[in-house]
Amino acid sequence: MSFHLLVFVKQVPDTQNISGDAMTPEGTVNRAALPAIFNPEDLNALELALQLKDRYQAHVTVATMGMPAAAEVLRQSLYRGADRAVLVTDRALAGADTLATSYTLSCVAKKLGNIDLVLCGRQAIDGDTAQVGPQIAEKLNIPQICYVEEVKSLDADKIVARRAIEGGYEVLSSPLPALLTVIDANDPRPMNVKLIMKYKRARTPGEVDAAAKKGEIADAEQYKAELAAKGLLIEEYSAADINAAPERIGFPGSPTKVKQVMSVVLTAGEAKTVSADAEGIAGLMHELISDHTLG
Amino acid sequence: MLNYFSDNQDLEFTLHNLELAEITAMLEKNYENAEKFETAPADFKDALDNYERALKVIGEIAGERIEARSRTVDEVGAQFKDGKVIYHPLTLQNLKDLNQAGLMGVMLGHEYGGLNFPCSVYTMMTEIVSRADASLQNIFGLQDIAETISFFGNDEQKNFYLPRFAAGEFDGSMDLTEPDYGSDLQSVRLRAYQDENGQWYLNGMKRFITNGCSKVHLVLARSEEGTTDGRGLSMFICEACPQLVVRRIEDKMGIHGVATCELQFNDVPAQLCGKRRMGLIRYVMSLMNGARVAISAQAVGIAEAAYRQARKYASEREQFKRSIDKFPAIYSMLSSMKVRLTAARALLYETTRIVDLRNAYTHVVEHGTPTAEDREKQKYYTKLAAQLTPMCKALATESANSIAYDGIQIHGGTGYMRDFNAERYYRDARITNIYEGTTQLQIVAAIGGVMQRDADKRMEELFSIELPENLAALRDKLAALHAKQLEAVKFVSEKRTEDGNKDTAYHDLMARNLVEMETYIFVGLLLLRDGAICADRAPIAERYVLDAVAEFERRYLNVCSGDTKLIANHRDIIDY
Repeated sequence: MSFHLLVFVKQVPDTQNISGDAMTPEGTVNRAALPAIFNPEDLNALELALQLKDRYQAHVTVATMGMPAAAEVLRQSLYRGADRAVLVTDRALAGADTLATSYTLSCVAKKLGNIDLVLCGRQAIDGDTAQVGPQIAEKLNIPQICYVEEVKSLDADKIVARRAIEGGYEVLSSPLPALLTVIDANDPRPMNVKLIMKYKRARTPGEVDAAAKKGEIADAEQYKAELAAKGLLIEEYSAADINAAPERIGFPGSPTKVKQVMSVVLTAGEAKTVSADAEGIAGLMHELISDHTLG
Repeated sequence: MLNYFSDNQDLEFTLHNLELAEITAMLEKNYENAEKFETAPADFKDALDNYERALKVIGEIAGERIEARSRTVDEVGAQFKDGKVIYHPLTLQNLKDLNQAGLMGVMLGHEYGGLNFPCSVYTMMTEIVSRADASLQNIFGLQDIAETISFFGNDEQKNFYLPRFAAGEFDGSMDLTEPDYGSDLQSVRLRAYQDENGQWYLNGMKRFITNGCSKVHLVLARSEEGTTDGRGLSMFICEACPQLVVRRIEDKMGIHGVATCELQFNDVPAQLCGKRRMGLIRYVMSLMNGARVAISAQAVGIAEAAYRQARKYASEREQFKRSIDKFPAIYSMLSSMKVRLTAARALLYETTRIVDLRNAYTHVVEHGTPTAEDREKQKYYTKLAAQLTPMCKALATESANSIAYDGIQIHGGTGYMRDFNAERYYRDARITNIYEGTTQLQIVAAIGGVMQRDADKRMEELFSIELPENLAALRDKLAALHAKQLEAVKFVSEKRTEDGNKDTAYHDLMARNLVEMETYIFVGLLLLRDGAICADRAPIAERYVLDAVAEFERRYLNVCSGDTKLIANHRDIIDY
């Protein structure tokens, strides 16, 4: 039995190496000023998938929704051992919140079909919502195990995984297909030089067209055919290709509205001393309940 | 992200100016390989891109992963328990990372699952690994063993062992030294014998075997009963088995991460590799020359680490209200360290380039349809490599020692403590000028080429490179040294004893001076060449040449003095 694993990954601005012009004057993220990287926990998800590939027979597909440049994280996945890469890119997908994103990615999973296990990073460092993975599972109507640290076993109809919970861990089993969100609990493998040498020319059709426009390639269609013959043409889908309903994707499908993005500077405020007796604690509880910190 | 390739502009400069085009074209069979193998490059630009990408991968592994683990690996080291060598889990993790990165068969051909890279690029990798953890290089750097099987093994051996080396399934060791024979390898005693079916067995002891707990061993053994010299020795391949016992591991001063083993062979089944009687004179010499390049790279890697640590400390440490690198006593030391480091690296990669050319032309001569010109080139590069390899090992390993020594000095008392890595670099560097042939033996290996003037043709090429005015003046100084070198060589070769015989004792006594004089000229020319390509490198070239003049003159005076007193009275001095 060979398992089919699908890993969703995201190219994100490197928010861990913020420079001065990381924010636009309008308060949004200045993507041009930040290097684009592989979302760290998505690398953990890919690593877990590749470990399952090493342990069991598995075929690993990596898919991403993003701008044409997101093809780079797909190549980096191929360099690490993924078998197949899929880019979903379309202007109509722009401005998606977690609801529209998870809907789009669930369409990708349906389009690919016969998936035994979907793996996502817990969250992306640009939004930190941790919502997309669970929402995909809901839309696919499959079980989910979140905050996974490791997979104990994978059988034809069952997965046993260990997940982090507050103050410890728990081991859960789930029927397949299932979705996992993975935390930073493994050490993603380095890129493999042989795979780099093999896949460094892998391109999406969109990248080939762009290179042709710049005059770097004479005949785009012929070049695509050559790449395809060598297994180096990365699959590329539009919203229509994955049968996504136009009203559920991009801006129209996103109820979330970003009002403002702020650079928050934490400063020390006034300290307050609470006496260590019943009266002091009751006063504190009352205060926390009345300002809605509790309850 | 720390990247030990990308943060090293000297190494980047070297990769892009090393002129590997001819070598790569030969390795890739004029790029016909590209039609057969999906990892093979389409042209030189493509190959260079592969080299650079691979160096960035290993640079990141070294900077981000190996470096962080190196302190613990040094503190705990390899252990020996119940007859088994146990590597530190972090050493094993390092090897796993390198294997997952596909770096276990760097020089092996595409057909075996290797990268088919030249020795020059592999050597850069060993340097990068050594900068992070010198002891790891002793395991990673043993790819020469697979390379040796690739050169001399039969097809069956190649097809069995090489893909497994490339996949990281097999690691190797080379079992040469015995308790009584180290430098004097031609006296090796470990016995190889055949049973009536022709099966070979090995019986005896080996000592100081780096990674002697490996799966695959290349063993130098006496296959010809009754012989006592190098021509009675053959090379064998054997695998770890119950008859091959690790008796103990050494408690060493440095390179703690790797096990140095004493091995007992109790009738270990083995296969002959190559032809009988060629073990030492052909195969082990080739293997050791490869290993000498690798150890030179290990030395340069340690020196790089020691220099950077010293430079950083000197810029941060304040005394008398100034950082100490503002004081002439310190900045002169730092400059000298940097110049010695750059000089060692320049000679190292000139050597690997010549080794690559030698390997490529030897392959054509032995496996292709060579022209007369190919044969001529093979001979030329073989001779040149035979001189440059020991010259390079002597320079790189002695420089690494002096740089690590100065590194501690710059730290002052702190450098003597374990708080910084300075003391580790010093301990790790100390073995480099001992194993794979001591510096004294490198001199013996290099002096023949110096006396025969084997490097003159290459130096002539380097002398004729067009230089800007400031560097041309320095070249004139080197030309004057070269004339004096010819004079010194003539003096020594013509020197006679009182009874009219060749004075071989004087020749041996002066060998080190002559090899070092040769090195100053040769390396000076390399640095001028690089200074002409990149103006930022000119001050390093200038410093090197100006210092070289004084160093050369001292040795020249010594050689041409004809002072033979030490030959006559050394016992009086030693035994007083």
